[in-house]
Amino acid sequence: MAKVRGAVVVDTEVCKGCNLCVVACPTLTLALNRNVNNKGYHYSYMENPENCTGCTNCSTVCPDSCITVYRTKTVH
Amino acid sequence: MSVLTERINQIIKPENLVYAKTPLLNDDAMHYCPGCSHGVVHRLIAEVIEEMGIQEQTIGVSPVGCAVFAYNYIDIDWAEAAHGRAPAVATGIKRVMPEKYVFSYQGDGDLAAIGTAETLHAINRGENIVMIFINNAIYGMTGGQMAPTTLIGQITATTPFGRNADLNGYPLKITELIAQLPGAAYVTRQSVQTPAAVRKAKKAIRKAFEIQAKKIGTAFVEVVSTCSSGWKLTPVASNKWMEDNMFPQYPLGDLKDSGRADADLYRIKG
Amino acid sequence: MGELRLMKGNEVIAEAAIRCGCDGYFGYPITPQSEIMETLMTLRPWEDSGMVVLQAESEIASIHMVYGAAGAGKRVMTSSSSPGISLMAEGISYMAGAELPCVIVNVQRGGPGLGTIQPSQADYNQATKGGGHGDYSLFVLAPASVQEMHDFVILGFEMAFKYRNPVMILADGVIGQLMEKVELIDHRPRWTNEQILEISGEWATYGKSQNRKKHIITSLEMDSNTMEQNNLRLQAKYERMKEVEVRYEAIECDDADYILVAFGSAARICQKTVQIARQKGVKVGLIRPITLFPFPEKIIAQYASKVKGFLSVEFNAGQMVNDIRLAVNGNTKVAYFGRMGGIVPTPDEVEIALHQRFKN
Repeated sequence: MAKVRGAVVVDTEVCKGCNLCVVACPTLTLALNRNVNNKGYHYSYMENPENCTGCTNCSTVCPDSCITVYRTKTVH
Repeated sequence: MSVLTERINQIIKPENLVYAKTPLLNDDAMHYCPGCSHGVVHRLIAEVIEEMGIQEQTIGVSPVGCAVFAYNYIDIDWAEAAHGRAPAVATGIKRVMPEKYVFSYQGDGDLAAIGTAETLHAINRGENIVMIFINNAIYGMTGGQMAPTTLIGQITATTPFGRNADLNGYPLKITELIAQLPGAAYVTRQSVQTPAAVRKAKKAIRKAFEIQAKKIGTAFVEVVSTCSSGWKLTPVASNKWMEDNMFPQYPLGDLKDSGRADADLYRIKG
Repeated sequence: MGELRLMKGNEVIAEAAIRCGCDGYFGYPITPQSEIMETLMTLRPWEDSGMVVLQAESEIASIHMVYGAAGAGKRVMTSSSSPGISLMAEGISYMAGAELPCVIVNVQRGGPGLGTIQPSQADYNQATKGGGHGDYSLFVLAPASVQEMHDFVILGFEMAFKYRNPVMILADGVIGQLMEKVELIDHRPRWTNEQILEISGEWATYGKSQNRKKHIITSLEMDSNTMEQNNLRLQAKYERMKEVEVRYEAIECDDADYILVAFGSAARICQKTVQIARQKGVKVGLIRPITLFPFPEKIIAQYASKVKGFLSVEFNAGQMVNDIRLAVNGNTKVAYFGRMGGIVPTPDEVEIALHQRFKN
């Protein structure tokens, strides 16, 4: 397994499933969930969390400011 | 708990936080369609205001159009202007409170059609305000009608066979016009479709607010934007369409960065 | 006693604005009121009181500059004449909806359209019935002298802030261009930030501090129930104005058989008509509404049971006459006499009209 360095938390009820973060993610971490939120949107989630580097590209392009990003320098 | 979940939980700790929504944006879900550029630009403005520490001194002016409810999202004082009149409203606020930061936020129909006079004259007076211009080449709020910036051939609700120059005239490059005005201090065209573009746009917005403090004229930031609903494309396809069609007509970059013109250039001789 | 001067009605608007501590004037030139902004620009109040004076690119821009500045809790005003007021209708409606205080001066000229630059009172309905879209009313003052042009700027700001409502001073070309003696108030300072906080701190957009919620100046409300409540609140405000703010002048009405009703410069003419008629033995009085909204309907209703008739004298095709009819409610005869196109009738003409209408 790759070294986990970053992680994102998506506010799934605010997410509208626009897919822009998925496209912006350089490590193919994110995808739209098969499940939907209360408004019926396929919200974004970490499909491959082990890939995340915490680069903030996803939160930068997110129109709904629903992504919080964490990154650690320590390699677990 | 799986090993992976455990590792993720070890990362998700306050000390590892690298990006969180600014407290200047409230927790209400925005009313915009999925993928709408407005949300990104709202966030950039809120972040700039927060980073500059000017929340208590900033008054926003929202337009008529999709961004009419901008006042619901950023935690500052707001005036909601009539259609096209945001530059006049911002002028009134700034003139009686010159020590405050005032910005207007308008779409293409608001700024470049019904409010063209207010736009050009506010900038020509060199009003020390920031003007944010969202250009998505369509009227979003009313259901996707032709905007002044709609491209030739572009299909909208009122140009169902594509914009025809003979019938509808040409896309109005109002930012190029504005760059000619002596009162304009800083005129730039940005976009927010990629992480790099967003970071650049934020720098431009920050610079615009900093120029306001210098009182050297109007700072004008156009953001070439998408309207997935109006364009009838997915958000991702909209970005592609924007890059392929909007950017050639509305090229990105600074159009002016020299401050207000020297008035002596326009002075009478005798 | 304040300073006495011989001044033009338009000039005194500017002088009174500066003296009462007005924060800003935003306007666009139009005959017959251009002297207002010209006087302000000559007096340069920004050097003394700090009052802002700005020539806008249009009446539309002017009123929206007023909207922005008034939203900040400042005492601001604009002025124009009839065609310009039509352009301002949008902004005035927004200000009424957002409940913003301001003073708007309309030095009326004849219409419709570009009409004439000669005096007129043809904007009575526009002023008293709102003028723009939506259910709203302005507080409307009708000056009949240069002194009242002065006094109503001060009273106008007082009413504007008391009710958080736009106030219109509905003058006409006669009063605007007329020169008369006027007693000026002493200079008052503009409100300080602390005063603005005290007076308008609940709603004005002067910058959101950490300890309060953001203030939003808007007329927009998407929730129908809330919007209806907003409308009801406005209507209740207009009712309060009707109860306590009616102003009028009654001249020789107590024994009158006939009462002339006229406002502004028409009332000056009718005052002479009262004398002429009484010399001929006809007992005529005059009611001069000073507030056109709220309209002095109660006093007219009271006299309706006593007099043989009312004659509404207006420089228009008969607009105020309808408000008189509503107040009279069929209890006596109501007639109209007026001239249009910029013609100012003589007192004798009015007297003849009175005779013809009522065969007295």
